[in-house]
Amino acid sequence: MSFVLACPHCGPRPVDEFAYSGEVTRRPQSSPTLRELTDYVYFRDNVAGRQREWWQHRQGCGEWFLAERDTRTNEIISVSLPKPGT
Amino acid sequence: MRLPAQPGELIDRAEPLGFRLGEYRLEGFRGDTIGSALFANGRRVFSRSFKYHRPRGLLCCSGHCPNCMMTVDGVPNVRVCVEPLREGAVVTPQNVLGRLDMDFLSVVDKFGGPFTPVGFYYRTMIRPRFMWPVYEKFLRGVAGLGRLDEHAGHSRRYDVEHRRARVLVIGGGQAGRAAALAAATAGPGVVLVDESVRLADVELPGVEVLAPARALGIWEGKLVPVDSGTVLYRYRAERIIVATGTVEQPLVFPGNDLAGVMLPEAARRLIRDFSLRPGQRAIVLAADERAPEIAETLREAGVAVPRVVDLREGARQLEAHGRRGHVRRVVVDGEETKCDLVVVSGGRQPAYSLLSQAGGRVEYDESLKVFVPRDLPAGIEAVGSVTGEGIVRAEGAAAYEGSGKCFVCICEDVTTKDVKRSIEEGFDSIELSKRYTTVTMGPCQGKLCQLPSIHLYAHELHTYEATIGTTTARPPWAPVELGLLAGRHLEPTRRTSLHFRHEELGARMMWAGPWKRPYAYGEHPEDEVRTVHESLGVIDVSTLGKLLVEGPEAAQLLERLYPNRFADLKAGRIRYGVLTSDGGRIMDDGTVARLADDLYYVTTTSTGADAVTAWFEWWNAVWGYDAEIVNVTGALAALNLAGPRSRDALQRLTEDELSADEFRYLDAKHIEVAGVPCLALRIGFVGELGYELHFPSSAAEYLWDRLLADGARPFGLEPQRILRLEKGHVIVGQDTDSESNLLSAGMPWLPKMDKDDFVGKFALEHFAERDERELLVGFTMEDDVVPAEGAQIVVEGQPAGRVTSARRSEQVGAVIGLGWLPRDRADAGTRFEVRVDRRLVGARVHHGAFFDSAGERMRS
Repeated sequence: MSFVLACPHCGPRPVDEFAYSGEVTRRPQSSPTLRELTDYVYFRDNVAGRQREWWQHRQGCGEWFLAERDTRTNEIISVSLPKPGT
Repeated sequence: MRLPAQPGELIDRAEPLGFRLGEYRLEGFRGDTIGSALFANGRRVFSRSFKYHRPRGLLCCSGHCPNCMMTVDGVPNVRVCVEPLREGAVVTPQNVLGRLDMDFLSVVDKFGGPFTPVGFYYRTMIRPRFMWPVYEKFLRGVAGLGRLDEHAGHSRRYDVEHRRARVLVIGGGQAGRAAALAAATAGPGVVLVDESVRLADVELPGVEVLAPARALGIWEGKLVPVDSGTVLYRYRAERIIVATGTVEQPLVFPGNDLAGVMLPEAARRLIRDFSLRPGQRAIVLAADERAPEIAETLREAGVAVPRVVDLREGARQLEAHGRRGHVRRVVVDGEETKCDLVVVSGGRQPAYSLLSQAGGRVEYDESLKVFVPRDLPAGIEAVGSVTGEGIVRAEGAAAYEGSGKCFVCICEDVTTKDVKRSIEEGFDSIELSKRYTTVTMGPCQGKLCQLPSIHLYAHELHTYEATIGTTTARPPWAPVELGLLAGRHLEPTRRTSLHFRHEELGARMMWAGPWKRPYAYGEHPEDEVRTVHESLGVIDVSTLGKLLVEGPEAAQLLERLYPNRFADLKAGRIRYGVLTSDGGRIMDDGTVARLADDLYYVTTTSTGADAVTAWFEWWNAVWGYDAEIVNVTGALAALNLAGPRSRDALQRLTEDELSADEFRYLDAKHIEVAGVPCLALRIGFVGELGYELHFPSSAAEYLWDRLLADGARPFGLEPQRILRLEKGHVIVGQDTDSESNLLSAGMPWLPKMDKDDFVGKFALEHFAERDERELLVGFTMEDDVVPAEGAQIVVEGQPAGRVTSARRSEQVGAVIGLGWLPRDRADAGTRFEVRVDRRLVGARVHHGAFFDSAGERMRS
């Protein structure tokens, strides 16, 4: 894995500067069933294709942001700052 | 014997260099390679082949083939044909039992045939099974190439350097140089990489030339690691221009591996670069148009060329014979020629590997009879002969008839017979056959054997090369030392601002995560424990993670991050907090002090600071509270002053009021100690009256010295661990693991389940509905033995749990510990056993602190 990722603040940087934090999940709103909770905590879609995921520019500005990436080619389709509460 | 000075020769005849080959002392010139110097000294056999131990000599002289691999100064598998000669170099032959010209293992060549057919390593020496140890010992002795010097790794220093280029040109031939110059007219940032030492002094205006150096591959994001010897440059390029040219191909005929059989470039380099005559009497065999040109070059160097064969005219039978591994005569269609040099040209194959790695397609060109790159991805270009440009179609036989071993792959000693047999056995796909015969899997990685083997497969299977296809071209393109890939051995160490004070005091330092911390200052950690219980101790806790959380919504953020409440914490007060994941597992713990309505000071474990910061920032990115998180771990030092005398001692250094009523247990106050502004936290991790002072690191040594001058005695990490264990305080990560939750780890009182939301709440709701399988509890040993951390807990003869911490406590008068027990065995007083050094020792469950269970001392 050596692709280039664009931090919304700092611009294109080698992926080594970033920390990957997995695909975007939906946190249950209130008192989920055990199955819903387990789905949220442990299960991932693991798509072969476009995926929305969390990244942090850990060796850089420290910003957390969202990226849409094609998991087959590592093509970054877009990056954006999160819109809180969504 | 050298030729008269050649125009452009690389050697400096004024500067002789001495080196050794085994027991022989030899001499070459500066500018020689080790290979050329050996050749100049009359050496013709450079190595023994992998399987048959046949003598091998210079074939490509370009660093491609395996024939000149030797051990140089302890480094195995050095291709001496391109390795610059150094004064005092020690060269030893490898893969030899005996001497290069008398290898005992060459019996395999003479008699081993029936026993070592293709794929024998998959089928033989398996039965009888009890013989395996004997086979293994033998095989380990003969397999592989070269021997690694186990001590050599430390003698070299390798570094990695990250670089950027606008245009990276790989290959410094005509096309590459022209492309680099053209790119340089558009601006700076043009780099040209070439493996030849010849390019080192070439001046190209506006171009940075890196030579000798090898581009090892092209990775995604246009990352190109370049091997320059001891520095690995990681180039990121906007544009990559590949001008790697072609690789000359050998011919496949019996005896084609004899010393004295050379590719045209080898002969040319010996003559032009090193002023050496490659032989006295040569025959030229070419399947392409180059026969006359090669003959001309040889004649100019004084080599007699009695015969030049253009194989396009349709020769069928071709064989070479030698004596003691050297070629002596060649027979072409029945006509014999005596010679000591055979220059063979089987055409030129574009060196497309890098382009293929970059995502280009590789296609067989029927008109050129070679594989060429096509459909290159954006930003990757190819120029020159690597594209197939200027290549003349070679017309030779896939393999010539004749008697003797006929090699398709000289690296792995794969013969045409082996390939034919593998096809008979059903390995008719190139990828399968490659793995079975190991053709293309040797040191040349297919540079010299891929094309000939595909021609042979196509011929034998009566099909087209395009149908056979190629095997995958994986990086690295050229062999690379593992040390270069590993980089320099670095062990980053974090030291507190008091590190040198600890060393001066003679502390035994130990690793604690990335930190170096004092284990203890004297021989007996229990002395330091006693000091804390009886008078006054001080410990450097600067390693604690320290975060400021500030903003109008800081309270809401923490309220939602922690299972317990922080919104109702009053300014100036402290509360213990444990962080859990949404899976309900314990992640980290520490104290949270509210300094103002909108400002909290959070401490974490020593190893958790970075992870907790990232965790807080991530959740805040999700929730979007108006709060900022600042990691101040490195900016602040921290000391824990603990013991019954700590109040009096601290009071002498401050004018702020420290009385029990003014500065209560779990109060946080800004005070000035010996002139240093401190945030003082009254907490009791070690169970005695104590103050944790947080203050700017720059004042650390000063304040430490003042406290010591005032009678405080330093204590280390080990005494602190004994002290906290006496209180039954848990260390996250030591007593808990990734499965532990607040209910099982003895903190069911901590989570406030009536809160609207907190990270881990959903999981804890489910945990509350079931019974935990095991619980973390304290215990007291019946005998005076200390079980190891991780020791097995045994109930009724069955393994039932494990010890996580255990120490001998003078204060308690027993060995105490923490461990995980089955729920139904975790009641206070329940007896169980612990395995200590193969015997079972009784122990009893103990709940709560082992000492001062009401906590009166720390609250006093």
